[in-house]
Amino acid sequence: MNLELNVHTLHYSQVNRILRKAIEEGKVNFKLYGVNGHRYLAAGISKKVKIEIYGTPGLDLGAFMKGPEIIVYGNSQDGAGNTMDDGKIVIHGMGGDVIGYGMRGGKIHLYSDAGYRVGIHMKAYMDKVPVIIIGGKAGDFLGEYMAGGIIILLGMFSRYPEKPIAGLFLGTGMHGGAIYIRGKVKESFLGAGLKPYPLTSEDEKLLETHLKEYCEDFNLNLSEIFKADFIKIIPYTHRPYGKLYAY
Amino acid sequence: MWNRTLISKEISGCGISGIIHKKGKLISGEVIIKSICCQEERGNGLGAGFAAYGIYPGMENFYTLHVMAENSYALELVEELLAHQTFLNYQEPIPTRKVKTIKNPPLFKRYFVRPKFEGELTEICDELAEDNYIVKLVMEINTKIEGAYVISSGKNMGVFKGVGFPDEIAEFFRIEEYKAFIWTGHNRFPTNTPGWWGGAHPFTILDWSIVHNGEISSYGTNKRYLELFGYKCTLLTDTEVVAYILDLLIRRHGLPLKVACLALAPPFWMEIDEMSEERELLTAIRIIYGSAMLNGPFAILFAYNGGLVGLNDRVKLRPLVAAEKGDLVYMASEEAAIRAICPDPDKVWAPKAGEPVIVELEPNTIPNQRSYLKGRPREEDENELRVKCAYTPLFASK
Repeated sequence: MNLELNVHTLHYSQVNRILRKAIEEGKVNFKLYGVNGHRYLAAGISKKVKIEIYGTPGLDLGAFMKGPEIIVYGNSQDGAGNTMDDGKIVIHGMGGDVIGYGMRGGKIHLYSDAGYRVGIHMKAYMDKVPVIIIGGKAGDFLGEYMAGGIIILLGMFSRYPEKPIAGLFLGTGMHGGAIYIRGKVKESFLGAGLKPYPLTSEDEKLLETHLKEYCEDFNLNLSEIFKADFIKIIPYTHRPYGKLYAY
Repeated sequence: MWNRTLISKEISGCGISGIIHKKGKLISGEVIIKSICCQEERGNGLGAGFAAYGIYPGMENFYTLHVMAENSYALELVEELLAHQTFLNYQEPIPTRKVKTIKNPPLFKRYFVRPKFEGELTEICDELAEDNYIVKLVMEINTKIEGAYVISSGKNMGVFKGVGFPDEIAEFFRIEEYKAFIWTGHNRFPTNTPGWWGGAHPFTILDWSIVHNGEISSYGTNKRYLELFGYKCTLLTDTEVVAYILDLLIRRHGLPLKVACLALAPPFWMEIDEMSEERELLTAIRIIYGSAMLNGPFAILFAYNGGLVGLNDRVKLRPLVAAEKGDLVYMASEEAAIRAICPDPDKVWAPKAGEPVIVELEPNTIPNQRSYLKGRPREEDENELRVKCAYTPLFASK
């Protein structure tokens, strides 16, 4: 039940149409070759299928999806995992801006660097806890307005040796969830109401679970990752913005 | 045909792409067409354009005015003015093709000219004075001649732009027939003013050309600031100010390119507060060039006879990706637009917000090559600014 396709000459709407039809017919494994800038791949699909992408998928890869596993052998562009609900995106290169925007479930594993505004407006409810793991460094506004979920930033596999691990305005407006960072960040880069904390044993367990899976995806050594200390960034009050508009 | 009463700016989300060959090797227009067409969804058919450098070999020493005109009467007026104010070396219609989807295009003509100075200044042939003369001439045509606009005015370069999708505009202007060492392309998605021929990108003055994705929210402030220096914004689109600011800061004020980019997209005060050595410089830039600062989301590519620069607003509200392969450097809104023409680049990266990607040709590669990495020496610029930039402060309205 496989489908292999070179999409080089096809428009993204054609590719998505073919994908959807094949999924309807019961196909579960897909390999797309020659992908370059094709938008909305697997967007809105709620079946447990596996899609391997060779090339550079376009904007909003896997937006609103609920279930598929997408593996990208290349870089992703902006908006990957936009508002995704469940499933997994594994990117073997670098990611664009606004990855995992408003994400409400599922996982994004990014091998290298992420752009700006990654994981903004992430949220969680009951057992739906979205996770983004970034192997490289992140741009400004990481986890801005975050309401739930987990972001893990490793800063290890970066193409920007000169940059700090995370940019300015880290977690601005954040009032839920947690950002784990391997290393340190300047406190002046943090949004208001946030503080770095050392890990608890529960945090360590959680990191180990998520990073184990991450290492399997990219064939990495888990003990290498744990050679440096992590910090955890969370809001230090329950409702840091509770009084913003009430005077 | 053109509603000139709409004196407002437009907001847009567009696609941009640029290529430069550092050794000055010429690249066919087909390449930039392929790249910009890969981002077709970023535009809506209301504007596209190309800037090309190195397309007029043999004519390198003449300013090439690309003139867009509503009718032949406007062209006649332009020609009359040029006859008085320039030595006209050569003129011809810009070759175009009929394209089904392009209805009622304006007339396009190009003029290869040199400035004709009056009186005692006739003997002077220094570059800065000549450039200033051409700037003044362009402003005069744009503001005084109804229905005529100069869409580019540099040496050995030209801009081709209009209303349509990039492939249509490329076909219309026969872009694939040109070869250039720098190309930029634009795909427009205007949302605030009608897409019209003059409002398409690139915007230019002299050999500066700008393509822009985003919105210059500070348009009003920038426009009024530029008016103090004789620049008139006539094309109803925010991006125009960027071309004039670059001309003012870099060519006339002699700022190094990097410093000018810091004026356009300065660091936040909170970042400046943490600086040690650069704190004084950055504070001075923000104070002196506060009115030249661009606010709002933007990713721009600008080019000149000698280089290509990519710059993002300081919080990266628009995408920009860069890549390198040998002597070629690419910049575009989407990585796919680069990979469409360079499938295996040596290096791909996402430029940091507010930090320019500057790529200049190797020294002495082309005639009249400009380099702006270093600022202009001081003794030159002060006199130049005082004596020869005596613009008429305000032009009479049309």
